[in-house]
Amino acid sequence: MAYPFRHEKETRILSEYFGDPEARTLDGWKKRGGYQALRKAIEMGRDAVIEEVKASGLRGRGGAGFPTGVKWSFMPKEKTGPSYLLVNSDESEPGAFKDRELIRWTPHQLIEGALIGAYAIQADHVYIYVRGEFFEPAQVVARAIEEAYQNGLAGKNILGTGIDIDVTLHLGAGAYICGEETALMNSLEGRRGQPRVKPPFPAVSGAFGRPTTINNVETLCAVPHIINKGAAWYRGFGTEKSPGTKLFNVSGHVVRRGNYEFPLGFPMHELLYDVCGGIRDGRKLKAVIPGGSSVPILAAEECDINLDYESVIAAGSMLGTASVIVMDDRTCMVKQVRRMVEFYAHESCGQCTPCREGTAWVAKIMRRIEAGLGTEADLEKLVDLSTNMTGTTICVLSDSCAAPVMSSLKKFKDDYLGHIHHGACPVAAAAVA
Amino acid sequence: MAITGQGTSAGSDAAGAAAPPPQDLVNCTINGVAVSVPKGTRIIEAAEAAGIGIPYYCYHPGLSAPAMCRMCLVEIEGAPKLQPACVTVVGEGQSILTESAKARAAREGNLEFYLLNHPLDCPICDKAGECKLQDYTHAEGRKHGRVVEPKRVLNQDDFGGDVLYEGDRCIMCTRCVRFMREIAGNDALCVVQRGNRSVIDTFFDEGLDGDLWAGNIIDICPVGALLSKDFLHKARAWDLDRSPSICPNCSQGCNVYVDSRDNLIMRLRPRPNPEVNSYWMCEEGRLEYEWYNRANVPTGTIGMADTIGGGPNPTGRCERPMVRDAQGRLQAATWHDAVVALVQRLGGLRGENGVLAVASPAHANEDVALLHRLAQVLGGGDAVFRVRTAPSEVVCPGFPKLARRRELAANGRGLRAVGFRRVGDDAGAGGLDELTTAGKIILVLGDALADVPETFGADAALFVYLGSEPGPAVRNADFILPVTNFVEQEGTFTNFEGRVQRFWPALEPPPLARPAWQVLGVVLAGLDDGPAPADAASAFLRAAELYEAFGGLSYEVIGGRGALLNEPVQLGAGAAEGA
Repeated sequence: MAYPFRHEKETRILSEYFGDPEARTLDGWKKRGGYQALRKAIEMGRDAVIEEVKASGLRGRGGAGFPTGVKWSFMPKEKTGPSYLLVNSDESEPGAFKDRELIRWTPHQLIEGALIGAYAIQADHVYIYVRGEFFEPAQVVARAIEEAYQNGLAGKNILGTGIDIDVTLHLGAGAYICGEETALMNSLEGRRGQPRVKPPFPAVSGAFGRPTTINNVETLCAVPHIINKGAAWYRGFGTEKSPGTKLFNVSGHVVRRGNYEFPLGFPMHELLYDVCGGIRDGRKLKAVIPGGSSVPILAAEECDINLDYESVIAAGSMLGTASVIVMDDRTCMVKQVRRMVEFYAHESCGQCTPCREGTAWVAKIMRRIEAGLGTEADLEKLVDLSTNMTGTTICVLSDSCAAPVMSSLKKFKDDYLGHIHHGACPVAAAAVA
Repeated sequence: MAITGQGTSAGSDAAGAAAPPPQDLVNCTINGVAVSVPKGTRIIEAAEAAGIGIPYYCYHPGLSAPAMCRMCLVEIEGAPKLQPACVTVVGEGQSILTESAKARAAREGNLEFYLLNHPLDCPICDKAGECKLQDYTHAEGRKHGRVVEPKRVLNQDDFGGDVLYEGDRCIMCTRCVRFMREIAGNDALCVVQRGNRSVIDTFFDEGLDGDLWAGNIIDICPVGALLSKDFLHKARAWDLDRSPSICPNCSQGCNVYVDSRDNLIMRLRPRPNPEVNSYWMCEEGRLEYEWYNRANVPTGTIGMADTIGGGPNPTGRCERPMVRDAQGRLQAATWHDAVVALVQRLGGLRGENGVLAVASPAHANEDVALLHRLAQVLGGGDAVFRVRTAPSEVVCPGFPKLARRRELAANGRGLRAVGFRRVGDDAGAGGLDELTTAGKIILVLGDALADVPETFGADAALFVYLGSEPGPAVRNADFILPVTNFVEQEGTFTNFEGRVQRFWPALEPPPLARPAWQVLGVVLAGLDDGPAPADAASAFLRAAELYEAFGGLSYEVIGGRGALLNEPVQLGAGAAEGA
C-alpha cells in the first residue's frame, strides 16, 4: 500500500514508514531500528536524556512550541509518589491530521518515544489519550501496546532493566476542548472535560493530582530519533530557533492535499505551489490559515514566508500544529469564519462566561451577516466582542474563536461589506459572473 | 486573618498581645493602598480586608474557587493578562489595580455577556433587590444593550425539596453544584451540556428531596436561578427587616438572620459564623419557623377566652397578665397589680414546701437563670425541663462542626448550666408525674404542659405560669404572666458545646408581653433579692454573677460570634486562677 503521495523534497524522519503496514507490527518496527533508542536512553540515564532533548531544541508540536526538554525538567527530581506522562492524541483542531497518521502507521514510534519520556521524567504510567473518533488508529495503538507488553517493552521490568512503566490507551468522548492539557486530565479522570485554572501547573499537580507531563504525539515521535542520532544531527534540520522536521498537513484548495514532512523554515510558497501542486483548478490563492483553525488567517499577499515558529509569528499568525488550510478566490470568508465560529460555539465547555456566551453570540451575528441581514454596526460589535473574548478566560478557546474573526475583519472586510450591502455573497456572485 | 494597613499601628491588638511574626507577611498595594497580608492570601481576600470590593459570582468563601465567572479579573502591573483575584495569590511588591481602565473594560464586557440570555424579569424575581447581577450591572454594565438576537429559553425545573430552578436566570457560576459536592456530600447536581447550552440539572428523577442541606444553594445563588418554594413570591427583598438571631430548632445554635415583613417571619437565612455553622444551616431549622411566628393576634382580644376550659388556641397568645380571684375566676390585671399580688403570695409561701420549676429549652439563658434563682430564693426544690430529642445526629459532611443535633431545642445546655435537669421522654413529654406538686409553688416558664392531666397543679400552694402561649398549663394556674418568645426579645442561648450566643429581637411582641427575665427580675427584687435588671445585658450579668458557668462572660465578651461557657478570653497570666 503506497502512501497517497510523497514528494522528493520531503525529509522523511517521522513519516518514513507511512503506508507501510509492516512498520505497525513490533517485529517490523524492530527491523526498522525500533526500540534501540529506548535501550540507549536507559543506558544514558535520565538526566542525560533530558539534556540531549534540551540540546536538540525540540519544541512541542501540539501548537504552543514550548521546548520539550525544558518541560521535562520541570518534573520533580525527588519522587514522592506516582507521576504520569500523558500523550495528547486528541487531535481535534480543524485542519489537523498529522497525529492521526503517526499513530495509525507508526504506533511503536510513539510508544518508544513515550517510554523514553516516561523514563526521563520518572513517570510510572503513560496514558495515551486518543480522540474518540479515531477508531481505527486507536485499534492500531491498542494492538501495539499489547505487543509491547508481551515483549517486555512495557509494564514491569522493561528490557530487563528493573524499570516499570505502564502504558494505557484512553479514548476521549468527543470534545475538542479535551485537547487542552488540563481538560484532558479532567477527562482522563472521569470528570467533565473542562480546563483547570493554572497554577498549579501539571508538573506540580496534574492528572490525579500528581506531577504530570503532557506531550503531543509528534513531539514524542521525534524523541527516539534524537536519542539514536544525537541532538547535533537533529539540529542539522530546520532553523536556529526552530530545529528539526515537522509534519505539514495541508488541506483545502490545493491539488495534492496531505501530510508532508519538511525541516522547519520550509518556504510556504514552495509547499503550496511545488509540493502540493498549486491551487486547484488554476484558481488564485485567497488566504491561508497556517496552523489550524485557531490561528489568525493570512491573506495571499502575506504568504511568502518560511514555515517556522518565528517567521509565522512575524507575519502575524502562528505555526500552531502546521495544519495549513488553503483557500482559493472562490472562498467566502464570511462563510468560512461563520463555520469556524460555530465550531467553537459548539465546543466551548461553558465554564467561563466570555467564552460560553461570547462564542454563541458571535456565531449568531455571523449567521445574520451571512444571511444578508447584518449592518456595519455589527462589524464594530464583532471587533468589540472579540476583544472582550481575548485574554479573559481560563483557556484560549475563546481567543481562538476571536482570532479568525478579528483577522478576517481586518483583511477581508470587503466580503463582509458585500454581504451587508448587497444581501448576498459577493464571492458567489463573482464566481457566477 | 490579621490584615493591617501599612502605616497604621497595630491598634486592633489587645494590650500585651504579641505582634504577629513578620516573616510570613507579604506586602502589596491594591489601588495604591498598601496592604500586608499573610503569605498565601488570595487577592480577593486581601482586597476585602482592605475594604476594596471586587465583584464576583463563582467565588464563595466557603467553597472551592473555579475562577470561571471572570468577574474578579484584576490588573497586576507587569502581568500581560488580567488575573482572577479569587485564585491568584498576592505576590510580594505587587501593584494590583481593580479599577484600572483594563479591569473595568473587562467587567463591562463580561456583564454584557451575562445579560445575553438573561430574561431580565426582575419585577417577578424573588432575588431582585439582593441580586448580584442587578447590582453589578447597575454599577458597571453598559447603558444600552446590543443584543438583537433571540434569547435562549429554558424551562423551570423542580429540583425537589424546597428548591426550584429557573434556568433562564442562571449564570452558570456552579456554586450550587460545588456546594452539593463539597459541603452536602451529595453529588445531586451537575452541569449538563456544554457551551451556552449548559444547564444545571439533577440526575433524572433523583432530586434534592430529603437532603438536609440543599436549601443553602438558594442562599448562595447570586441570582434568582434557585428559588425557595417556601419563600416564593412572599416578599420583596427590600421590604424585609433583617435581624440577627439564633436558630432555636436544635442545640447546634446556627447563627441566622430572621427576615420579616409586617411583623411576620418570611424566611430564615444562615448568618456566617466559622465556629458554629460556617455559611450554612439545615432545612429543619430553615423551614420550621411558624411555631415562633405568632405575633398576628388581632389587637383588642384577650387571646385566651377560648382556652380557659377549652383546647389550645393555635394562633392565640397570652395577651395580658391574669390573676385568679377569690371566686376562682381568672381576671385580667395590670402588670403592677399582678406583680404586687404575686410577690405578696410568694412572700407568704417562701421557704414552706419548696418549689417545682419547669422551664422550656426555648427560653434564653437570662430567663432560665432568673427562674432558677427565684426557685432557690423561695426555698429550692425540683428544677426540670423536657426536650424533644431526635434518634440520631445528622452531620454536615463538608463542615463537620455543623450538625442537626439530637436535642431539638436551643437551650438545653443553658438550662443544665444553671441547674435544671432533664425529665421526660424523647417526645418532650412526661416526666412530671413522679414529681409531687402538693403544697408546692409551681413555676412554669414557656412549657405549655400539653400532656399533663387536668388536675396538674390543682393541689399546689401556688401555680404561676409565665408563657407566650396559653395551653393546658393555664387551667389551674393562679397567675398567667404573658412573656415574649425568643424571637421577640434580646438574649442568649447556650449551644450543645457550651457556646453562649446572642440573639436580637426580630418581631414586635404583643403589647403587654414582657421578657421573662424582666418579670422574674422584678419579682426577685420584690423578694429583696437584688435590683431588677433594666435590660438584657444586665440580666445576663446577673446570671453570670449567680451561676459559675456564666462567670466572666458578658455581652461584650460574647460579641457576634459567641463565647464558650467558663472560657472567658484570657486577659493575661493569673486571670484563670479564680476557677
